[in-house]
Amino acid sequence: MSWNDVVVLLPEIILTIGASLLLLGPFFTGRPKRSTSMSLHPVEEPAAAANTGASAKWWTLALLAITAISVVVCSSLAEGMTLSASFSQMFALDAFSIFFKLLFVAAMAMVVLLSDDFLRESRYSTWEYYSLLGFALCGMMFMASGVHLIAIWVGLELMSLSSYILAGYYKNEEKSTEAAMKYFILGAVSSAILLYGLSLIYGVCASLNLLDIAKVMSTLTTNNALMFGIMLLGAGLCFKVGAVPFHVWTPDVYVGAPTPITAFLSTGSKAAAFAVFARVFYVALPSFHLDWSNVLAVVAALSMIVGNLAAITQTNIKRMLAYSSIGHAGYILLGIIAMSSTGLRGILIYTVVYVFANLGIWATVLMMRRHEYAGELIDDFDGLHKRAPFWAFAMVMFLLSLGGIPPTAGFIGKYYLFAAAIQAGYGWLAIIAVLMSAVSIFYYFRVVVAMYLRDGQDAEVANSTSLQLVGGIALAVTLIFGILPAPLISQVEQSSQWVATRAAELHGGR
Amino acid sequence: MPSTQAYLMLAATLFTVGLIGVVVRRNMITVLMCIELMLNAVNLNLVAFSSRLSSLEGQIFSVFIITIAAGEAAVGLAIIIQLYRIRATVNIDEVRELHG
Repeated sequence: MSWNDVVVLLPEIILTIGASLLLLGPFFTGRPKRSTSMSLHPVEEPAAAANTGASAKWWTLALLAITAISVVVCSSLAEGMTLSASFSQMFALDAFSIFFKLLFVAAMAMVVLLSDDFLRESRYSTWEYYSLLGFALCGMMFMASGVHLIAIWVGLELMSLSSYILAGYYKNEEKSTEAAMKYFILGAVSSAILLYGLSLIYGVCASLNLLDIAKVMSTLTTNNALMFGIMLLGAGLCFKVGAVPFHVWTPDVYVGAPTPITAFLSTGSKAAAFAVFARVFYVALPSFHLDWSNVLAVVAALSMIVGNLAAITQTNIKRMLAYSSIGHAGYILLGIIAMSSTGLRGILIYTVVYVFANLGIWATVLMMRRHEYAGELIDDFDGLHKRAPFWAFAMVMFLLSLGGIPPTAGFIGKYYLFAAAIQAGYGWLAIIAVLMSAVSIFYYFRVVVAMYLRDGQDAEVANSTSLQLVGGIALAVTLIFGILPAPLISQVEQSSQWVATRAAELHGGR
Repeated sequence: MPSTQAYLMLAATLFTVGLIGVVVRRNMITVLMCIELMLNAVNLNLVAFSSRLSSLEGQIFSVFIITIAAGEAAVGLAIIIQLYRIRATVNIDEVRELHG
């Protein structure tokens, strides 16, 4: 281990130390000793809890800012280094991982802002919550950087274990605990399945390093154990992104978990899973593209069809967004199936677009929420354009972006993904994708109809500064990249270059 | 000494037993044990490959898996205990507040 290794890993080191220190927060802010996490009953002093809650939020945001700065600084320091310099090729700080790391930090900062009011009302302790979010972020950053299956898996587990706890954070509420239980059992099983796949790949390729695996695979013809291993690996990753045969957890967990955590699961956690998906399949498995792409194409088609059709009948907006996120996982899978530089760019662009549009929607959903009133039904949006005209407009933009309508950024993302699918000879898949986008617009517009054409309650929306900030940033990103996509596209081209060339070398330069 | 194949067969059997257990059994503690069984089947696989390929990576991986499995069991048991406090049951079928 040399200083180079420390530089490459510095953002994660800072984040781990910071997240651990957040656990000590209550001792430094002079809270009464009685810790809420240990007692069964939440504290009865909302004012004191609100105070520490606010400082916990500021410390977390400061930590995230330092992490983001260190990612940028370390990446410029590490620029001259070869990949082999970092922990004997386990961990890469390349443009691909920097892109995703900055996206994760931004998404996490927005989740922290979303959590603020929610936690203040709930009277659960805040420091542990933010600390767990920090650890989840650390796991996501490891996932984006890992070029070795151990590093990737450990990052994946760090993220998953944190999110199991966070999904059940409202521990006295049955729904939240049940969501955590379902998420935990299915997540642990999928993790075991993924590991079994990894062990078979290790047995055939004699290595766990993605580059070495790719080298060995390019010399192999077909091999049953290897195919089985790749299938199990794909199944495990499909669970994490919520693609169809493995999607059953998504609606229940999204509905049961506290709404800011749902926002985290549907954006950050999903983006991290796609970073791993892209890295593993583009770097390690291009030689067997023909074998796995057809299976994955069926998974993608099913995800798009089942997700979007099931979303039509939902009345709870969290459940509707859960099904729509299954559909979106299907779209992003197109980029992996295509196995081309266009496809990879599509994945990166769509992830950014999807994350920001979704965070904006969650911010608006949280605005509907008040004491003793969840605001989770689509009917709760009735007449929003009178109560909060700007946020009704913002919501329309976010929904249009998810649907892929031109003035918004969603169009650019879908354009790249569908084009990649057609180039790769998967025209039928692109047709299904376009049809299902049309279906998705149908159910997104149910929300728009509720907001603009129906008269609703005249209850005020809970417009706090932090929610407005999240909504504003999300709206800005959605519109700016929709109208001026060039900066995003050129950034994505740079960021995906290394992975794309690596894939092209082994795949015959498509 | 048994061949690598024998170890792989054992691991595959353990893994299948674990998977079937997760699907069939309704008691959450049993389900947790079945998940551990699956993880240990993977460990066996990795160690068998590691000795056959004379590479250390597999053994290192299995140590990582053992460590994280402990953390996973801790989180799982905490969730089960909390659910038991609320519902006084550890049967999966009786926990269906969220339809679906």
